[in-house]
Formats: sequence, C-alpha cells, structure tokens
Amino acid sequence: MSQMLSMTDVTVCYDNVEAVRNVSLAVDEGQIVTVIGPNGAGKTTLLMAAIGLLASRGSMVFRGSDIRKMSVEDRVERRLCLVPEKRELFSDMSVADNLLLGSYSLRDRSGVQKTLDEVYDRFPRLRERQRQAAGTLSGGERQMLALGRALMAKPALLMLDEPSLGLAPLIVREIFRTIASLRDLGVSILLVEQNARAALETADYGYVLETGEIVQSGPAKDLIHDPRLITAYLGGH
Amino acid sequence: MTSDIAAILAIDGIATGAVYALVAIGTVLIFTVTRVIFIPFGDIAAFTALTLAALDAKRFPGTGALVVALACLATLIEIISLIRNGEVRLLPRALLFYLAIPLAVVGIAWLAMRMDPPLAVRLVLALMLITPIAPLLDRIVFRPIADGTVLLLLTVSVALHFALVGLGLLFFGPEGVRTEPLTSFSTEFAGVLISGQTMLIVIAALVFSGLLYLFFDFTLVGKSLRATAVNRTGSRLMGIRPARAGTIAYLLGSLMAGVSGILIAPVNTVFYDSGFLIGLKAFVGAIVGGMTSYPGAAIGAVGVGILESFASFQSSALKDVIVFSLLIPILIWRSLASLHSEEEIEE
Repeated sequence: MSQMLSMTDVTVCYDNVEAVRNVSLAVDEGQIVTVIGPNGAGKTTLLMAAIGLLASRGSMVFRGSDIRKMSVEDRVERRLCLVPEKRELFSDMSVADNLLLGSYSLRDRSGVQKTLDEVYDRFPRLRERQRQAAGTLSGGERQMLALGRALMAKPALLMLDEPSLGLAPLIVREIFRTIASLRDLGVSILLVEQNARAALETADYGYVLETGEIVQSGPAKDLIHDPRLITAYLGGH
Repeated sequence: MTSDIAAILAIDGIATGAVYALVAIGTVLIFTVTRVIFIPFGDIAAFTALTLAALDAKRFPGTGALVVALACLATLIEIISLIRNGEVRLLPRALLFYLAIPLAVVGIAWLAMRMDPPLAVRLVLALMLITPIAPLLDRIVFRPIADGTVLLLLTVSVALHFALVGLGLLFFGPEGVRTEPLTSFSTEFAGVLISGQTMLIVIAALVFSGLLYLFFDFTLVGKSLRATAVNRTGSRLMGIRPARAGTIAYLLGSLMAGVSGILIAPVNTVFYDSGFLIGLKAFVGAIVGGMTSYPGAAIGAVGVGILESFASFQSSALKDVIVFSLLIPILIWRSLASLHSEEEIEE
C-alpha cells in the first residue's frame, strides 16, 4: 500500500504562538485516518496547513511530491482536497453551479457530466435542489453539497474538517455512512472530528491531538477500547 | 420646462448614463473579484478616446509606448517575484503573458496602422491597445498588496489615478479630442429627435451588459469569477487562482471602459484628464448597487446620467455638485441597508 500523505515534524504558528507542534502523521492509499481531540487542540490548523492556507515548517509529502511550499491551487490540482469546517460554499450560486465549480481544477473535462451524475446519485437531495441557491439549503444539505463539490474534483485524498458539526444525529449517521463508502471508491480520507466515537468507528487509523501535539496513535479499533480515551472523549462507558 | 425639453434631457441623460453604466459594471466586477475600487477606470475610458482620435488622425497613439513601458516593468517585477519564490520554472509563462502578448498587441496595431485601416478596424485596434493596461497595472501595483485592507487598496488606487493622469499628459499631450460620429443616422420619436449616436450608446451598453451576463451564467470561467467574488477561500479550495481571476476581471473591465470611451468620444471633447469625472460618476452609480450588484450599478449609473442632464439644464455650473450631493443620501441608505445584511450573514 503506497503512502498518500506524509507529514513529518510539522509545526504551524499563528504570529509567534505554535498552534501545532512537531506533528507527524501518515495516510496510506485507500485508508481513512482520523485526528480526534478537544476543541482548540489544533486539528483545523493542521488541515489548513496541509492544504496550504497556513504556512508551516517541517516536511509535507503528497503522492511523492514535496508540497510544503506549493500554493493551495497547485495542491488542489494534484487532487488534494479539503472540505473545511465552514463549508465555504458559494451561497449566492445554485447547487449545480457549486458542484460544477468543484470540477474547476480538472484539465480533462470529458468525465465531468458523469461525475456530476454520480454525485447526484449519491446525494439525491442535491439533484432535487440543483437550481436552488446554496445559501438557502439546510445544514445537512449544505454538508452534502460541500462533500459533493469536493468529490467533483476526483480527489486522491479528501480532508474533512468536522463534517458532523452542527448536524442532527440522523444526518450525522448518513454523513459517516457516505464517508465510509468513499473508501470503496479508492478515495483516501483524513478526517478531523470532535465526535470521536463516530470518527473511530469509521476510520482505519487514529491520532489523538492535544494542545497542538500528537499524544497517542494507533489502529482505530484499538483506540476505541482505550480506557484513557473512553474517559476523555468517548463518553466514559 | 416643457415636456419636449424634458424628453430631450431624459434621452440625453439615458445616453450619458449608459456610458457610465459600462464603467460602473467594470468597477463592480473588479471590486467583487479583487476588492480594489479601481478609480482609474475613467482614465482607461478617456485614454481609449484619445487612442481612437490618434488612429483617426493616422498617428500611432501614445498608448503603444505606455503599454510597452508597463509590460517591461510588469515583466521585471514578475521575474524578481518568481526568482524570490523559487518558481523559475514559471518564467516562460510570465514572459509570454507579461511581455510577448502585450508587445504583440502593440506590434499588430503598429503594422495595421500602416495599412490605413477602416473605422471598424480602428475601433478594434483602440480596444486592443487599451485592454492590456489595467491587467499590467494590476500586476505592477495591486498584486504585491493583494492581501491589504480595502482602504489601503483604495488609497493606492487614487494614487494610481493621479499617476495615470500624469502619464496621460506625457503620452497623449494636453490637446482635447473629439472623434468623428460612428453614425450620421437620426430618427424622430414622439416628436423628439434621437441621434444614431445616442441609440448606438444605449444599444452598446445593453449588448455588452447582456454579453457579460451570458459570460457569468453560462461559462466555467465566468462562474469562477463569481465564485471568487462570493467566497475567496472557497474558490481557492476549488483551485481557482485569485490572481488569474483578477487578471480576467481587469481585462473585461477594461473592455467595458474602452467601449464607453469609444462611445463618448464623438459627443464629448476628451482630454488626458477627463477620465476622473467619468470614473467618479460611474462610481456613484456603482455605490447605488452597493458595489456588488450589476443591475443595481447599471440602474444607478443611468440615474446619475439623467440627474446630470436635468441638473445641467437647471444650472450648468452646479451640475457636478448636484450629482455628487446624491452620494450623501445614498450612503446613508446603503449604510442602513448593509447593517441589516451583516446580521443576516452572521446567521
């Protein structure tokens, strides 16, 4: 199994404060890797650095290329995609236009219509609302649109920042089912979540990030039974 | 004032407003994509008129030298920036876009000039020569401060306008120009004489606004520009480069300003510094649309044109005072309206 993303000793600073310190993690091809941790641990910062929206120190290799100094757009063209916590949808534009713009980075445009149909098949609600402005969608539909838009870029590695944030439990389950099904498409996933139980149930491997540092890591099925994590993040039972 | 005079003033105002509308739409386009309030758009319109007048007089316009000077400067800045960022592999592309294409445009215009081209070709040449100016200015002036505040960008934009007025004097000289009318056709409607030039202005404004609408709604590049305007971070995450979106916006905006310059040249005497008032009045129109709405900007600009027309009839000396006084109630109204929309964004 080849390595998709490898971060070694990555440090990210806001002004002079280190929000992420010497973090090393790896995502293998076809794997779902999750980073769990409390609010303010630096999870979002780590993803922002991975996509290039924040500068970082250390080494960052994606599919064999050093990407640390690359622009966001160059990383996206190499099929590294991020669905950010705030979704960052084009609220005034239609669902269909949002999805179409997801494919902007693809040079070969011949398969765009097919990918669009696949996204609509995966999220039938988006097909129903394709002419509606993204800003008028419900929270769950927005998350579906954000996921669908990212899938339009045919990502090799999809990074998801808190996909369950602010959603009703029923929709959270649907979102996690979708994330698990993406693995079957060959998409590798780096999932950052506060909902640790759902994340570890879906992932193959997990990292625990606390105050900017990785304090624990291991196969997800082991972490979910770890007594310390059960007390701290998994509801204590 | 009789109804005949009111009709004449209204038609005159609509024509002037249509010219402002083209510049206003360009202003909104640039602002939404790049956050720059591009004051020199009026100068671009005036320079187009001066360029066309020079071509009509069988002189090669100063625009050529201006484009060459800006292209050399932009290329130099781009090369330094690429070397500094360790992106030397992008040098050929930089040379193509910042040097080869602008020089080719000037070269083609120079060669075409020697063949004594007809009016239609001269119009195309004038637009060709004018469109590289704003994208090159963007590279030289605005790209290095792209992350600055809107106020910083505006301050630099005002400074750039004064610099351009100086360059205008250098490259075009102090004489005013008025080009030959694009048409001698005229017709009477409900007892009021309407010149072909007036009709042409209104038709051109409608056609170019329509084309822009089609571009935004039906092309991926157009949609990417809208996306950049709506959500800059979101668009970067799609692989849309803000700098490239900015260049396209400047090219389109310049084209709109260029067309308005061509339309205004036969009806007004244009000097190297005439652009300021054109740009400022278009800006008032753009503010009516909250700097974000194209139809709002167009309607606002036509409103400014009509008000100016009636104001100049009542008191020619005070017409600009009346038009700019309009800003005060509009700004009060917009500030109340924008408070409301900020609350909505917060959810």
